[in-house]
Amino acid sequence: MHELSIAMSIVEMAQEEAEIHGHAQVQAVHLRLGLLSGVAKEALLSCYEMACAATPLEGSKLLIEEIPVEVFCPQCEVPRAIRSIQWFCCPECGTSTPTVVRGKELEVVALELKE
Amino acid sequence: MSAEPRLVEVRKNVLKQNDIVARALRERFREAGVLAVSLVSSPGSGKTALLEKMLTMLRPRYRVAALVGDLATENDAQRLARSQAPVKQIITGTICHLEAAMVQNALEGWDLNQLDFLFIENVGNLVCPSSYDLGEDLRFVLLSVTEGEDKPLKYPTIFNSADVAIITKWDLAAAVEFDEAAAKSNIQAVRPGMEVFTLSAKTGDGMCECIKFLELWRKLSRPAVAI
Repeated sequence: MHELSIAMSIVEMAQEEAEIHGHAQVQAVHLRLGLLSGVAKEALLSCYEMACAATPLEGSKLLIEEIPVEVFCPQCEVPRAIRSIQWFCCPECGTSTPTVVRGKELEVVALELKE
Repeated sequence: MSAEPRLVEVRKNVLKQNDIVARALRERFREAGVLAVSLVSSPGSGKTALLEKMLTMLRPRYRVAALVGDLATENDAQRLARSQAPVKQIITGTICHLEAAMVQNALEGWDLNQLDFLFIENVGNLVCPSSYDLGEDLRFVLLSVTEGEDKPLKYPTIFNSADVAIITKWDLAAAVEFDEAAAKSNIQAVRPGMEVFTLSAKTGDGMCECIKFLELWRKLSRPAVAI
């Protein structure tokens, strides 16, 4: 269970950003979470609430956008979203490929601030 | 009346701090000519046994050392000390994985220029370590025959994050009716093209291939210093 330390990093990061923007109050944090990031969405959501407790972010929301895994198909020569992370192959032509182009994201993309 | 919240763009990687430290470590390993190899697996898959065997086999010809992560004990470091190689235990307390900064701290006082191979044994866990880059050159993921052939499908993220898969406890394969073909096909499904070794650290069966692979990898990635 590493979601708590990740949630704490998110809270810390959001606080720093809010300070840059004139100590505005953070209402929501927008996070991009790849399905191959190794972080579980549900666990992160509950840890986020805990991590916010007794901080200026208490009561704020964590809005998660889940990013599907895309691999680069060497046959079709384009990125393709895979159907399951248990099977790394092109859904169109079936070629196996280890080249992940998307899906490992764990990034704060935006904050909703209130003055 | 309250104003509408304003949206500000951030775009920051949450694990940026870890990634920065990991990148610095990778650069240090490269400059020092040491090949860093990490080991991940579930608890009890045989990381320490494999490490002990690798250290013992490499030590006559190379300068080897190991860092071992554990939640609470120093048992692994004591076991590995039998190989005569320098070993340091990283006790993580309640943390279920190693982070790059823990590796960095543990290396304090060690001269990496005096090493050819550095092994980093992660805490037994197939979930959390996948998110943390440790700056290693190669990540080995272990799967023991007693765990079942479908482990890669159950934990695709960690298998995908690794470079090499090692099927361990091969001496028990027949007793547990381990289906080697199924295990290998599951590994290839979650990480196409992955190098796979099948071995027993206990009997030594299959160990030579693994050692040869490490030697070759070091030669290719550290051409200036390889012996």
